[in-house]
Parts: sequence; structure tokens; C-alpha cells
Amino acid sequence: MGEAFSLALALVFSGDADLLEIVLLSLRVSVTASVLACLFGLPLGALIAIGRFPGRNAVLILVNSLMGLPPVVVGLLVYLHLSRSGPLGFLGLLYTPTAMIIAQTILIAPIVAALSRQVLEDLHTEYADQFRSLCLTGTQTVQALLWDARFSLLTVGLAGFGRAVAEVGAVIIVGGNIDHLTRVMTTAIALETSKGELALALALGMILLVIALGVNAAVQSVRLTAMRQAYA
Amino acid sequence: MIARHIAAVAVALVAGGTAWAQDSILVQSTTSTANSGLYDYLLPIFQNETDIQVNVVAVGTGQAIRNAENCDGDVLLVHAKASEEKFVAAGFGTARTDLMYNDFVVVGPAADPAGVAGMNDIQGALAKISEAAAPFASRGDDSGTHKAEMRLWSSAGIDPTAASGEWYRETGSGMGATLNTGIGMGAYVMTDRATWISFNNKQDYVVAVEGDPDMFNQYGVIPVSPAKCPSVNADAAKIFADWLVSGEGQAAIAAYKVSGQQLFFPNAPEN
Amino acid sequence: MPDAMAMTLPFDVGADSPAILPLTVRDLVLRFGEATVLDGLSLDLGPTGCTIVLGPNGSGKSLLLKLLHGLLQPTSGRIAWGNHAPSEITARQALVFQKPVLLRRSVAANIDFVLKARGRDPSARRTLLEHVGLAHKANQPARLLSGGEAQRLALARALATEPEVLFLDEPTASLDPASVLAIEKIVGDARARGVRIIFVTHDVSQARRMADDVVFLHGGRVAEHSPATDFFPEPRSAAARDYLDGKIVL
Repeated sequence: MGEAFSLALALVFSGDADLLEIVLLSLRVSVTASVLACLFGLPLGALIAIGRFPGRNAVLILVNSLMGLPPVVVGLLVYLHLSRSGPLGFLGLLYTPTAMIIAQTILIAPIVAALSRQVLEDLHTEYADQFRSLCLTGTQTVQALLWDARFSLLTVGLAGFGRAVAEVGAVIIVGGNIDHLTRVMTTAIALETSKGELALALALGMILLVIALGVNAAVQSVRLTAMRQAYA
Repeated sequence: MIARHIAAVAVALVAGGTAWAQDSILVQSTTSTANSGLYDYLLPIFQNETDIQVNVVAVGTGQAIRNAENCDGDVLLVHAKASEEKFVAAGFGTARTDLMYNDFVVVGPAADPAGVAGMNDIQGALAKISEAAAPFASRGDDSGTHKAEMRLWSSAGIDPTAASGEWYRETGSGMGATLNTGIGMGAYVMTDRATWISFNNKQDYVVAVEGDPDMFNQYGVIPVSPAKCPSVNADAAKIFADWLVSGEGQAAIAAYKVSGQQLFFPNAPEN
Repeated sequence: MPDAMAMTLPFDVGADSPAILPLTVRDLVLRFGEATVLDGLSLDLGPTGCTIVLGPNGSGKSLLLKLLHGLLQPTSGRIAWGNHAPSEITARQALVFQKPVLLRRSVAANIDFVLKARGRDPSARRTLLEHVGLAHKANQPARLLSGGEAQRLALARALATEPEVLFLDEPTASLDPASVLAIEKIVGDARARGVRIIFVTHDVSQARRMADDVVFLHGGRVAEHSPATDFFPEPRSAAARDYLDGKIVL
């Protein structure tokens, strides 16, 4: 543990180029996946939150269950589609960061949808009569709910990012853990563990934790500043 | 309306992902060659001369072959001769060439509960482990090492899977993970020597059984066939495979050492 | 507060639209499972003025407003605004709730939201905020307003929709006397400009100040509907008399 800690410090302060590359790719893949998951997940969450359509309950149960999707299963599904012998093989996306982004987006979009559904439904309960009195359209309602819940939804997005940046099962299958191309923090940790380099693996784990802390702290400070200005 | 915006942003974000470099190949490889650092040593030498970017996906031999059969690779580098020959016979590979060898060893705790330390007869050693019901951790993942291990059990006339979950424990994981697990529970583990030498979590483990000719471990290299897989970079794959079995490539393999020990012994046929 | 008479609000009540007044309600029944809230209620309201709806707790006053506004469907019975069902003309009415539902945004943004949703001139915001005395708080978070300010903002937002009918559901229930008077003044101004006011309250002195006519609900029906000048001196129904005397009416 102590060895891992000093190793982590040494890695960070030596400005190791490989480490920087891996860290940046991790951030790029998982941040992009989180943004994409929000693009798909938030409207879906809003639709389930305020929509009253046949099969709504079934969709709700499905989305809630998909929060528990094992990353390996997502990885396999994406692999089977992006493989050269799969239906999307012609795109040549397997073993690229794009494939990793796709897999993580699929993994966390249900999390964003399910959590945002709860947030938006609670807010809509408060707003529903007022909005109906104002004769808002569905689109206006969704936009207003998304905007007014933005600080809670930021936390939802962070939950998705946390899951994405921490998972290894999906990215190792569709990314292949290729050095200088698709190696991210988690697959590097898995590799070092399999080489018996436990201290190095743990050191990378500590750095990953610090990165996650940094992202959360940054978002939290933005959130607090914005809240102080806009909202009580 | 909203859906169109979402689609536009999504496409923009995903398109930011790096595409493949123009002249690059993907090697579907067994893990031992990658984990032991062989590629980190070989590839810069090769890329110095050719400008071909070589990317390596390191998985178990069984999975590497399946990936290559899905056309998700340009070159296959694994260690399970029978499966490799089947791969070529089915038309997935252009030709298989012996590349290099090393050997398998059985590692065990210093306490040596089955009393096999120093043996050079693998069948006898496996029989003693089985009789003593001493824990044995197997890959259990259809990898090259797993296939070799099953072949050795079979030649010893033992079906260890009958004791699966008792003294015979199949981890279903890679070599490194199986070593970590096996060492954690005091089990014997069969591993290729390259992985063992470069493995850094040995604790009190030592090589217990080695030196049986049956524990020979042959690696082969196969370019994936463009006839089966039109998407492969056949020219670059052939250049890489040819280089590996050339005098220069073979010399580079022989020159790679970890802690002063040579891990792989080149044995490509001369021509 | 600025003098409302000096203000010119962007009002054009009922312009070129088919009339939605008078209001006719016949045999209105509202049940939730076993519970009957309204039990054959009938009511006629004329085209102008401020109608105060009085009645004991649980007499269905708030639910009646939601039915008239088209937010709720009755179990049976008929509501006609002119020739229209309530849900057809919800947009020509506004409702101010007892507890104002404000967006988690600035005071100004709460008004802008409605102006934009209704496609109205955004410059109306300034006039509206001045009218309710909140111009100086335009950039503050709406959720930090006091109870009286919040309700004035809710009123300004309701007025921003340029309603022909304004429903008020106990808007001053938990406010201090100065805030109550400020709200009554805004409502009175709207009435003076021709907005039809339908105002639920428990505050009998407020009812005396505001009412042109009074509807007294009891037992799920209209127990009495009289001009204010008749109702307060001499209510006809026994329930209304007890209510005004401060007796418990169930």
C-alpha cells in the first residue's frame, strides 16, 4: 500500500508520457460517453417521467433493470456488432476509442435515464398543475423540467461518468487494450495486475481515484457557483 | 426535432474518435508474448524499418483464434499448434509458420504439499498432485496453455475436471489472473516460462516441475487470409510475419531477456 | 407599489375570440372512489366582476376551480364557458395556486418563460414586474422571495398570459396583512380591466372587500349564490349563516 502510494506519486510527478496518454484517453472516452448518454438518456428519462403511454411501466422496469447491465455483456454485444464479421463491421470501428465510447454510452445511458426519470418525475409532480394551467406543450414541459432540474441532473451525469470511468469489462473487449491506441486506466490496471505488478496496478488505481475526485470536484464547484447565482 | 439535434451531436462526438492509422495491422496474440514485454522490445525494431504500425490485442489463444476468424485481426500469433492448423485448413490463415518456443513449467509453493518439487516427469507429477488432492489452479479458458494442460492430464490418464471445485480449480481467467489466484490459495499452476519469469507477484512460489519434453511450448505465426477476410491489410501482415521469421526477426527474439534470462527461443524454419 | 392606474398593461381582453362567458354549470358530480366531493352542483356566472367562492374545508372549492379550468374531468355533469368545454379554453384562463409554484430561476426568467411559451412580446416583462412591485428583484432567484412576493410573482405570471378569467385559490392564505392588501389591489386592478375573477377564500373580511357576488358551497352543491350586498348582511342559507357566525360547518 505504501509502496503503491509512493509509486503513484513518482508516476505523477515524473510526468510519465505514457501515463498522461492513458489518463487523457480515459477522460476523453468516459466524458464523451457521459455526454452522449445524457443526450439519449435525459430525453428518455423525461419521456418516461411525464409521458402516459401504453407500456410505460414495462419501459420503466426495463430501464431500471438495464442499470445493472454487466459491462462484459455490453462489451460482447458491441463487439459482435462492430466485428468485421458483424453487421457494422464495414465501419472498421472495432479496437478504436470510438468503439469504447459506444460501449460505455450503451452501458450508462440506462443509468442516466433511470435516475433522471426519478428526478424529473418528482419535479413534475410539483409543476404539473401549473404547467397544465399554462397549457405548455410536451416539448416546453420537458425543456422546462430539464432546465429546472439541471443541478440534480448534473449529479446524474456524474453517476454515469463514475460508472464509465471505472468499468473495464466493456472497454477491454471492444478496445482491446492496445498500447498507445485504446489503453485506458482500467485496462492498464487489469494488465498490470495480470503481470503481477500489484503495486503499480494499485498506484494506477489511486491515480484513477484522484482523477474521479477531480472531475467531481470541478463539476461540484461549477454547480455551487451556478446555484448561488440562479436558484435557491 | 430534438431527436435530430441529438443525432447530430452524437455523430459529432463519436466522429472525434481516432480512426485507424493508414498502414497499420492488428495482431491477435496470446497473452504471454505481450505480458512478458516481447512486443515492447520487438515492435520498435520492426517499425523502425517499415512504417507499419503494429497494434496488439492480447487475449487467450482460443479467443485470439475466434477473433481472427471474425476477421478482427491481420495476424494471429498464438501457441496451440493443432488449433492453428485447423484455422489454416479452414481457410482463415494463409500459412502457419513455427516462430519460436519455450516451455511450460508447473510452479508451486515452497511447502510443496504434493512433493513434486524437482520432478521432470510431468505425468508423474500430475498423478502425485491428483493423489494428494493438492490444490491446482487451471486457466479453464480454452487458451493455449489450458489446451496444453488438458493434453498433459489426459496423457497422465487423469480427468481432473471430476474434482472441479475441490482440489482442481478452474479460474476461467488469463495467465496472470490465474497465477494471482493460484498463489493466493496455495495451488500449483502450470504456466509458460516467459510469463513466469516476468511475473512480479511470485511470493514464495518456485518452479516445481520442468524439463519434460512434453512441456514443449511452440508459438506459431499466421497471416489472416484476405480470401476469407477482404478487410485485412494482407500486404502489411505478410511483411510483419515474414520479418518475424527472417534472420533479423529471429535474432531480435533471441536477444530479448528479462532478468538476464532468454524467454523465447526462435525456431522458424530457414529458407 | 406603483400606482396601477398609471400603468398600461398589454391587455386586450377577449379580443376577437368567441365569448367564453357567461358560465353555465349543470349537475356537476365529482367522485373519487367512494368519496363524493361534488354532488350535482349547478351554477351560473355572469360575464363580469369578482365572484367569491366560500365554503367549509372539504366542500370542494379548489376542485371546483380545477374543473372549471379544465385541469380535472368531472364524473358527470356539464360545464360550458359560452359554447366551450373547459379544456378547450384553458389557455384563455389563468390559475394562481395557494402555494405559488415558481420555477427554479430568477424572478425575470419566471415571467419570460410564460411570455415565450405564449409567444408574447418579451418587453411586457418590465411592465408586469413593475405592476406587482417586483421590478427591483428581477434578477433574484424566485425561490428566495418572501411568501407575499412569491404570490405577487405568481400573479404577474398569470397576468402575463393575458387571461380572460383569473382563478385564485386562497392566494393570501398564509400572508401578512400588507401582502394581502397588495395582492387584493392587483386582483382589483385586473377586475377593473375586465378580467373575470373567480376567487376562493376562507377570509370573510377579504370576501367582503372583494366580492361582487358570493357562491357558498356546502354538501357538494351550491348552497347559496347571492350578490355580495345581499349575502353578507343576510345570508339565505342556514349553512352560510353558521359559517359567517364562525360556527363549525360540516
